[in-house]
Amino acid sequence: MKVHNNKAWWLVLPVFLLVAFSAIVPMMTVVNYSVQDIFDHSTRYFVGVDWYKQVLQDTRLHDSLLRQFIFSACVLLIEIPLGIAIALCMPTKGRMASLVLIVLAIPLLIPWNVVGTIWQIFGRADIGLLGWSLNSLGISYNYASNTSDAWVTVLIMDVWHWTSLVALLCYSGLRAIPDVYYQAARIDRASDWAVFRHIQLPKLKSVLLIGVMLRFMDSFMIYTEPFVLTGGGPGNATTFLSQTLTQMAIGQFDLGPAAAFSLVYFLIILLVSWLFYTAMTHNDKTR
Amino acid sequence: MAEIRLRNLAHSYSRSPSGPADYAIREMDHVWEQGGAYALLGPSGCGKSTLLNIISGLLSPSHGEVQFDGKVVNALPPEQRNIAQVFQFPVVYDTMTVFDNLAFPLRNQGMNEAKVLAKVNEIAEVLELHPLLRKRASNLTADEKQKVSMGRGLVRDDVSAILFDEPLTVIDPHLKWKLRRKLKQIHEQFNITMVYVTHDQLEASTFADKIAVMYGGQIVQFGTPRELFERPSHTFVGYFIGSPGMNLIEVLPYGGGVRFNETMLPLSPALNRRVAEMPGAKLKVGIRPEFIHVWDGPNEDAFCADVVHVEDLGTYKILSLKLDGQLLKVRLQEDQPVPQRQAYLSFPAQWLMLYADDILVETKPMEVQP
Repeated sequence: MKVHNNKAWWLVLPVFLLVAFSAIVPMMTVVNYSVQDIFDHSTRYFVGVDWYKQVLQDTRLHDSLLRQFIFSACVLLIEIPLGIAIALCMPTKGRMASLVLIVLAIPLLIPWNVVGTIWQIFGRADIGLLGWSLNSLGISYNYASNTSDAWVTVLIMDVWHWTSLVALLCYSGLRAIPDVYYQAARIDRASDWAVFRHIQLPKLKSVLLIGVMLRFMDSFMIYTEPFVLTGGGPGNATTFLSQTLTQMAIGQFDLGPAAAFSLVYFLIILLVSWLFYTAMTHNDKTR
Repeated sequence: MAEIRLRNLAHSYSRSPSGPADYAIREMDHVWEQGGAYALLGPSGCGKSTLLNIISGLLSPSHGEVQFDGKVVNALPPEQRNIAQVFQFPVVYDTMTVFDNLAFPLRNQGMNEAKVLAKVNEIAEVLELHPLLRKRASNLTADEKQKVSMGRGLVRDDVSAILFDEPLTVIDPHLKWKLRRKLKQIHEQFNITMVYVTHDQLEASTFADKIAVMYGGQIVQFGTPRELFERPSHTFVGYFIGSPGMNLIEVLPYGGGVRFNETMLPLSPALNRRVAEMPGAKLKVGIRPEFIHVWDGPNEDAFCADVVHVEDLGTYKILSLKLDGQLLKVRLQEDQPVPQRQAYLSFPAQWLMLYADDILVETKPMEVQP
């Protein structure tokens, strides 16, 4: 006979409380805002799904959502292969290995607004090393007025800031592969490409999954760096979702639509992350 | 297929070795003949795997030469030595099917697909991997994976040699025996030189025609299982081979032989002459527990020993005795009477080995000379 002992629930309670305070309560607050039109703390109206309808039809949001997807796709397409390539080239032991690790970790340790400031100055045509050099070479470059210059600068900034994370994750994954795999591959006369394709890449799968998810979520929520660098401009060219949202919530104080949009935003991230996860772990489950 | 010769080979992992203790392999000369089935037997850390990796080229020796059919191959990497090696733990390419795993070394050689198919099928047949060929290698059990690893070594029949580094460690005991038989069959079928590293004497003697026993970075004896048993040329071989190992007793020379405490063991004149040539050597006598003769009663040739302990192992018994303060093990067959309290022993001269500084004292060369 099964004995039911409900005392065990007490053991779950601390976690439940923690999650409630960290996630459920704030989220329910947002849900609360998203279904009401609030003027002050005594004047509010229940509006149902009206804000959602409005948000889903807002072309400004459509545009920044599209920009956001393009940006995240570029980030992943550049940073993941580049991170793997850097990890493969990194020295495995000795003083050089430690040195490279430290150098790679530096961008990760810099506060995000400082990263934005660094690139803002670096790219300026009058005093910035990058901007001045390019212009002196006869290449016209101005991230403040040219849309593609702004995009390229934001992308390169993100690549500079975050490729290290992918590289470090892959480096740790590569170090975890036992030597015997490489030895067996040499005995089997495998080419370098075959070693990468059949040993290193499969063994990197789990760290790459983490890398892809982290980079997708972070890039999809990017705010500080482009805000400091370009302020979203020129025009709205580098205004990504979180910035649009912030303008809506804090700039215009449209709390209702902003809350509704936050939830849609959240669901998009959840959905895309789930797709990545399912696609990358697909093989393990079906066989 | 090749004869593998090691000349003045030594290896040290330290960059500036200062003494013999720094060497994983001490200077040795050795020949593995073409087509032989060899075992490399020794305790953990004696240098077996190091030696294997030097032969396959995964390690480059710090001294001496490795020759395949008389050609020095020191500078060749493993992929150019045409050698197969199976490791202690299974290595499979997870993303490939079993078939592709087995075909991998062949395809890397540029073999055409029709031939690849034939070879893979042949090896799958021998290793009973047929039902798994379409399965992905990542979903196999440990021993299936090891069979695939072995298959990748065996599928290339043009190799100079196949090296096995304790390949059956992860395999279930009942399968171990089967796979060992399989390897032996494959050896007979393809006539490839095989070197099999193990620390298990049973495994070594069922697989190999000749066993090299390694101890402290050296091959201390190379011979058939029977030679290792009957005439261990080093005390370590005596101790390591056999269950229980050889009885080894430290002795001192006296006029006509050697003695320990009050017990005198007379030696042949030839041996006595050899002992006289080596003053100061540390002498030991060794005799296998199987070869100590137990008399039914007192006898003028027999020593009297106290019975300490009897261990019944089913088909035979191990008798622990104390003779003049020295502990001895004797192996009694099932039908032999078991002595109570006291046993009467003698040491047949042909089975009594004399060791000087752990090396067998041979008398043959002396007797040949006039």
